[in-house]
Amino acid sequence: MTHHTSPKAGTAHASAAPMASMGASLTINGTPHQLLIEPWTTLLDLLREQLGLTGTKKGCDHGQCGACTVLLDGRRINSCLKLAVSLDGSEVTTVEGLGQAGRLHPLQAAFIEHDAFQCGYCTPGQICSAAGLIAEGHARSREEVREQMSGNLCRCGAYTNIADAVLEVLEKGDAR
Amino acid sequence: MDTVMKVGIGTPLSRVDGLEKVTGRAKYAAEYEVPDMLHGVAVPSAIARGRIAAIDDRAARQVPGVVEVLTHENRPREAWLDRSWKDELKIPGEPFRALGDDRVLFAGQPVALVLAESFEAARHAASLLDIRYEEEAHNIDFQVSLAEKFEPSKKRSSFHPPKNRGDAEAAFAEAPLKLEGEYHLATEHHNPMEMHATTLHWHGDGKITVYDKTQGPQGVQAYLASAFGFSKSDVRVVNAYVGGAFGSGLRPQWQVQLATLAAKHMQRSVRVVMTRQQMFTHVHRPECRMSVRLGADVEGRLTSVICDATTSTSRFEDNMEDIVIWGMMNYASPNAAGSYSIAPRDTYTSADMRAPGAATGMTLFEIAMDEMAYKAGVDPLEFRLLNYSEVDAMNGTPFTSKALREAYREGAARFGWDRRSPEPRSMREGRELVGWGVATGMWDAMFSKTSASAKLSANGHLEVACATSDIGTGTYTVLTLVAADTLGLPPEQITARLGDSSLPTAPVEGGSWAAASSGAAVQLACQSVAKKLLRAADKVEGRPLNGAHSLDDVVFEGGRMLLKSDPTRSVGIVQAMQAAELPVIEEEETASGGISGMVSQMLKSRNTHSAIFCEVRVDEELGQVRVTRIVNAVAAGRIINPKTARSQILGGVVMGMGMALHEETLADRKLGRWMNHNLAEYHVPAHADVEQIDVIFVDEPDPEVTPLGVKGVGEIGIIGTAAAIANAIFHATGKRIRSLPITIDKLID
Ligand code: FES
Ligand code: FES
Repeated sequence: MTHHTSPKAGTAHASAAPMASMGASLTINGTPHQLLIEPWTTLLDLLREQLGLTGTKKGCDHGQCGACTVLLDGRRINSCLKLAVSLDGSEVTTVEGLGQAGRLHPLQAAFIEHDAFQCGYCTPGQICSAAGLIAEGHARSREEVREQMSGNLCRCGAYTNIADAVLEVLEKGDAR
Repeated sequence: MDTVMKVGIGTPLSRVDGLEKVTGRAKYAAEYEVPDMLHGVAVPSAIARGRIAAIDDRAARQVPGVVEVLTHENRPREAWLDRSWKDELKIPGEPFRALGDDRVLFAGQPVALVLAESFEAARHAASLLDIRYEEEAHNIDFQVSLAEKFEPSKKRSSFHPPKNRGDAEAAFAEAPLKLEGEYHLATEHHNPMEMHATTLHWHGDGKITVYDKTQGPQGVQAYLASAFGFSKSDVRVVNAYVGGAFGSGLRPQWQVQLATLAAKHMQRSVRVVMTRQQMFTHVHRPECRMSVRLGADVEGRLTSVICDATTSTSRFEDNMEDIVIWGMMNYASPNAAGSYSIAPRDTYTSADMRAPGAATGMTLFEIAMDEMAYKAGVDPLEFRLLNYSEVDAMNGTPFTSKALREAYREGAARFGWDRRSPEPRSMREGRELVGWGVATGMWDAMFSKTSASAKLSANGHLEVACATSDIGTGTYTVLTLVAADTLGLPPEQITARLGDSSLPTAPVEGGSWAAASSGAAVQLACQSVAKKLLRAADKVEGRPLNGAHSLDDVVFEGGRMLLKSDPTRSVGIVQAMQAAELPVIEEEETASGGISGMVSQMLKSRNTHSAIFCEVRVDEELGQVRVTRIVNAVAAGRIINPKTARSQILGGVVMGMGMALHEETLADRKLGRWMNHNLAEYHVPAHADVEQIDVIFVDEPDPEVTPLGVKGVGEIGIIGTAAAIANAIFHATGKRIRSLPITIDKLID
């Protein structure tokens, strides 16, 4: 028996055309960028591969894990599901922009204090997601935090510690 | 810092790598910037078994930015002669070689690598390959593969064959109480959050630096040298941060093979990152079927334990696990027997996943134990105590320590087990049935020969280094604590370096031996530094430590050496080095069991134990199970860092919840592929699934087990957890489910 996998019908021809880059201006962690972006580049790949902002992680590239969570105009999104060219005029905040050594975001400090991670790979996404969650203002209880953080998987299983960290910041109300 | 508040072994210290991780500065394998780098995207085989007849790559090559399409036809050949492809684990069989030839051994096998200047161009071009296959009959269904099960003649070196005792068959036949059941665990995939990735820096002078997702940088270094013809000294492998692995990084994965082939072919730097879908095309926890027969007297004392198990492997390698021995070791039945076989299917080779063998075998056995407790009419915790064994019942050897009784007692007290109502379906709250279950966990306390160095500078800064890996296990912090403990320095003055093949020799990180082994090596290296310091102190004017002849005569605290007999007499570490004109003290030491250690290995058993108590709430109409409470009481010897050790247990428990309720890779028998190869359909526990988990570390001093008295905590958290949940579900609903995971369909009639 022979088996044949065809390339996607009709794409072979179009594929030969170079991807024409398009201009877009994005403010990333407070710094304005004028960028030439190929239309097929996601915000996640733009950050990681072109801007050197590897704090934002790729865990699935399909909107299924939350590792790539960043804040877009203050709202949490999966950056793997956004084409970067579509974000002209937007403001993006990544984990690098939330805080750095010496001026940590309260969530970053709480994550360290509560040991809310192990391998650290889901952590930037968890922290950005938690910042978004707090800004949304819907979560009050531990149960609500758990429910509304469920888009961010942690294979190391740090969930109870993450909930402790997020609740502490939520209750103190000192998230910027 | 108050000198009384010495930071050392036993201090709950926040992760020293925490700052790097929460700010996004920690770099993982795919995140190193190297110049002039190509992106490689692997093309998966569409068939499960057969031959590649033809590959048409013309369309792919036309994509702007694509520079090469690597296949079995054009990959560099010189590296593929009679070289050893065996890695550190040495699984019997023929190791997989990516692009080795035209054979397809499993679905998703990489059959080509598209190399392009951008990731996007490579990804797109990878979808344009036109591949013709000659397909052969295949099978990935475990139940079907059981017809081909066999006992391999060449055993995996880590395998412990079951040792039978008494006459288990006869005892079973005569037993007044009998239990007979067949238990099953589904195929699981490790799915660390970071996908396997390699960034290979081609330096152009014959040397390469390989940033690889692995649990053993020196293992990968040796492997690349022997398989691809590099001299070992030209290969440096770095894995400073690893985004989880749970066993998936024990063996070099195919992405590092592809990156190395491509770099050799192109003479350029290359990055290859697996997709999440491709994470399902390599290692996985083997599927398992185990039949258990238990015989007991009328009081519930076990008279016979019989376990027969089969796990899955590939057609090209014979992976084996210790499945049947756990119940035989843990319980005091006079008669016990076990048998084990493996069944091949057309997948990649199964592999170690967190607590390999025990997570499967002990868990399934503990479900059977629960069933027997009900048969005997004894409380499930009482039943375990009734059959408690003070010695390793299979090997007949005493334990270096076994505080399982204490774990049962402390766990039960914290959980409130004495308020349990014995009858199934007897506890209810609102629309949910409530159930309480218990199970036991058991794992090996292992030790592996490991070296470490310690380098003290005259400014009082200490660097300790070892080629072990921190895959989230807290090893950076643990080694910092051991060093702080030995030399009395604050953690801020200590840097731990690991995850680099150029550092002192360490085995692949796994099996929960890293803390015990690298910790002991760091302690030895720091003690050697301490001895030099003590000699240097002699040069200090007035010789305040006069009378101190050995390390036993002094304590190291707050950056000073204090005379034990008169702590008012002390010398600062920096002071001593300056007096002796030493700019730096550097020592390297190796911790190994030695001959006495090997003898003692044979005379005594070394194990961690745990008692897991679980509460579930089951909505019978929806079949929905909530695990509302877990108490895991762990006896694991000395705990170096209670903070990170607790997290290790939490992580194991959460993965155990996945094993109990969610995780199952489903086979498409027709296509020979895994159906749910993504994180939306392969469920791992999410925030909403995890409620309350309590961890207890039972006091278990054990100076004999390893040099530091440490047993390791990486695996014990998962073992038995799924059984405690399954047993709680039975208590809640009266439904005994013998096949994990217990998905909703199994609970709805
Ligand atoms: S990488 Fe975007 S959700 Fe997983
Ligand atoms: S910390 Fe490892 S995945 Fe969350």
